[in-house]
Amino acid sequence: MADRIKVYPPKPAKVYFFGTCLVDLLYPEAGLAGIQLLEREGIDVLFPQGQTCCGQPAYTSGYHDEARAVAAAQLDLFPGDWPIVVPSGSCGGMMRTHYPALFRDTPQQDRATEIAGRVWELTDFLLNVCHIRLQDLGEPTTVAMHTSCSARREMGVAGVGPTLLGQLSNVTLKEQVRAEECCGFGGTFAVRHPEISGAMVSEKVDALVDTGAHHFVTTDCGCLMNIAGHAEKSARPLSGQHILSFLWERTSSGKGGNVK
Amino acid sequence: MSQSPHHIDVREFHHRAQAAIDSPKIRRNFRKAMDGLISKRKTAFEDWDLDTLRTLGANIRLKALAQLPDLLVQLEQQLIANGVKVHWANDSEEACHLVRDICLRRQAKRVIKGKSMVSEEMELNHYLEEHGIEALESDLGEYIVQLAEETPSHIIMPAIHKNTEEISDLMHDRTGTERSNDVEYLTASARQQLREKFMQADVGISGVNFAVAETGTLCLVENEGNGRLTTTVPSCHIAVTGIEKVVTSLEDVAPLLALLTRSATGQHITTYFNMISSPRRAEELDGPEEVHLVLVDNGRSSIYQDDELLDTLRCIRCGACMNHCPVYTRVGGHAYGTTYPGPIGKILMPHLLGLDETRHLPTASSLCGACGEVCPVRIPIPDLLVRLRQESVDGDHLHPARVRGHGSKRSAMEALAWKGWRWMHTSAGRYRFGTGIATRLRALQPQHLGAWTRYRSAPRLAPKSLHELVRERQTSRGGKSS
Repeated sequence: MADRIKVYPPKPAKVYFFGTCLVDLLYPEAGLAGIQLLEREGIDVLFPQGQTCCGQPAYTSGYHDEARAVAAAQLDLFPGDWPIVVPSGSCGGMMRTHYPALFRDTPQQDRATEIAGRVWELTDFLLNVCHIRLQDLGEPTTVAMHTSCSARREMGVAGVGPTLLGQLSNVTLKEQVRAEECCGFGGTFAVRHPEISGAMVSEKVDALVDTGAHHFVTTDCGCLMNIAGHAEKSARPLSGQHILSFLWERTSSGKGGNVK
Repeated sequence: MSQSPHHIDVREFHHRAQAAIDSPKIRRNFRKAMDGLISKRKTAFEDWDLDTLRTLGANIRLKALAQLPDLLVQLEQQLIANGVKVHWANDSEEACHLVRDICLRRQAKRVIKGKSMVSEEMELNHYLEEHGIEALESDLGEYIVQLAEETPSHIIMPAIHKNTEEISDLMHDRTGTERSNDVEYLTASARQQLREKFMQADVGISGVNFAVAETGTLCLVENEGNGRLTTTVPSCHIAVTGIEKVVTSLEDVAPLLALLTRSATGQHITTYFNMISSPRRAEELDGPEEVHLVLVDNGRSSIYQDDELLDTLRCIRCGACMNHCPVYTRVGGHAYGTTYPGPIGKILMPHLLGLDETRHLPTASSLCGACGEVCPVRIPIPDLLVRLRQESVDGDHLHPARVRGHGSKRSAMEALAWKGWRWMHTSAGRYRFGTGIATRLRALQPQHLGAWTRYRSAPRLAPKSLHELVRERQTSRGGKSS
């Protein structure tokens, strides 16, 4: 719930990085950008190589036994008491808000609840824990932003992305109409109800294109894959990027930023 | 056994959704109406601490539900003491019989109705007509829907799917009014037609927004005055309501009313708020001779048995969840094929009709959370949708499914696919091996991925996973793997 009181920890020396499966396989540059942004803030980033997926796809599909098994495989990855940062509101939301219920009445209940309390969406962590100050090195440009529903409503970080973009002196942020409306991704929803999801993403692309910006950034790779994928398929003048990739590209002098 | 309205096959959801999406008129009508309602709600709460008020609303409803059996007994006793006759119905059929019996005893031929979603749930009009009793809707929206021989597409604004032109044509065809885009003219014509019917009606039937146990008061919220006429002009008034609508005391009504009208239409208060506590008393000049309350269960007490599902019964029927729902906005109310459409319908209808009948409904959500965010009584609608998805596939051996028709969506293929997914993701070695193969063979990646690529290009696998990139970085820095 967005109106939950959030108590930010002091800036730690180390964090655990949970990359998420979509970032891992489709947008690793966003994960790497996140790691580099954290390191630039003087934080030592621990990336447990044993990580796979938070379990959300099965959870929202109703297969809770499978979700619990996969989530349980992540619980041993964070033995220290460092914060766990996630470059996604959706996967972060799964771990932070749904792990306690998923493991209720199981031997892992206490550990899952303890871990849930350490999970932070990465942009929120950069802004409100690291108190990051970004120095824009890029050419003047205009972007639009789409905040994922889970980042907005489960993690309560809707204001974070625009604030971070606001620190970039050469970036003009254009707000889309109905910014709060879902892009239509919703995981398996997009394939179970393609007609509805298709109508939603088509209107989302319209809203982003109508801002006049040809580029958008987002907190979540699900939305990115959906919105940019539809724009590409329908040949709309709109490209997209994870906000972490964008922030890193704008503020790094080019070394190690490009992994393609 | 409850039926879907007019025996629509709820399972045909996909076809109706596609038809609605392909209709520019439906898309335009709903988008315009929902945009308007969203902005009105926003303005209406400007001077309130909304989160505090929602918490208060949720607590009032939770408190009432916690003592529901006792409150219902208290309500009955209080109503009887006030001179109101109380009837209990297990299901729609029984409720319809009870209403018909009262009508027969009163030798009633004509019934005038105020808006009531429970009566829609019962398909009462249809039932009464079949038994030779005319039932006329007096709420303007319901009246239009009835003229069109349709069902409501929204629980607060039943005719929201129609624009003024369509309503003008409909009224012209059915009642002979002039075609006009003048809303006032159309409203005045309907009012004139209805006014006569009020005078002729033998029985008035209404719903109930809140039933107050302590005082035996039936509260009715409305804007058109038709609710007051329905409950006062005919000599007999029958109120029908779900058993969950009871609250403890009059004190509980004010916050709920504030939440209801603001959430529903963005009004600070409705034009009429009726509090009905008895039939006409000896010294009174008007009001009905008889007042009845029919308390309808229709699946509610089985929802009540489960601590999580119980939250479904908090609902005060404001419709804000559908106003803010991106799915409802695209497909409109009729696509659902159920009495209650939108998010509340998706969590309520499976209990009324069974999960087998309604198995496409809980999945028809991106789980965006807009519904839960605006719910005035904080029903965790997305969580309940996930719970029903789990019930649909019997997906959790720790929390066995209990909703009627559970497990009906489980398919061997899908269950096997998730088992495979689990196998892949519960071992770091298997995951690393699998993703390593996938990224190396990315050139062979299919470009057509079923439903996904109908509207989007296929996502492209990266040449190297983040796992690999991190390992490479550590090696090149001479660091150790964490």
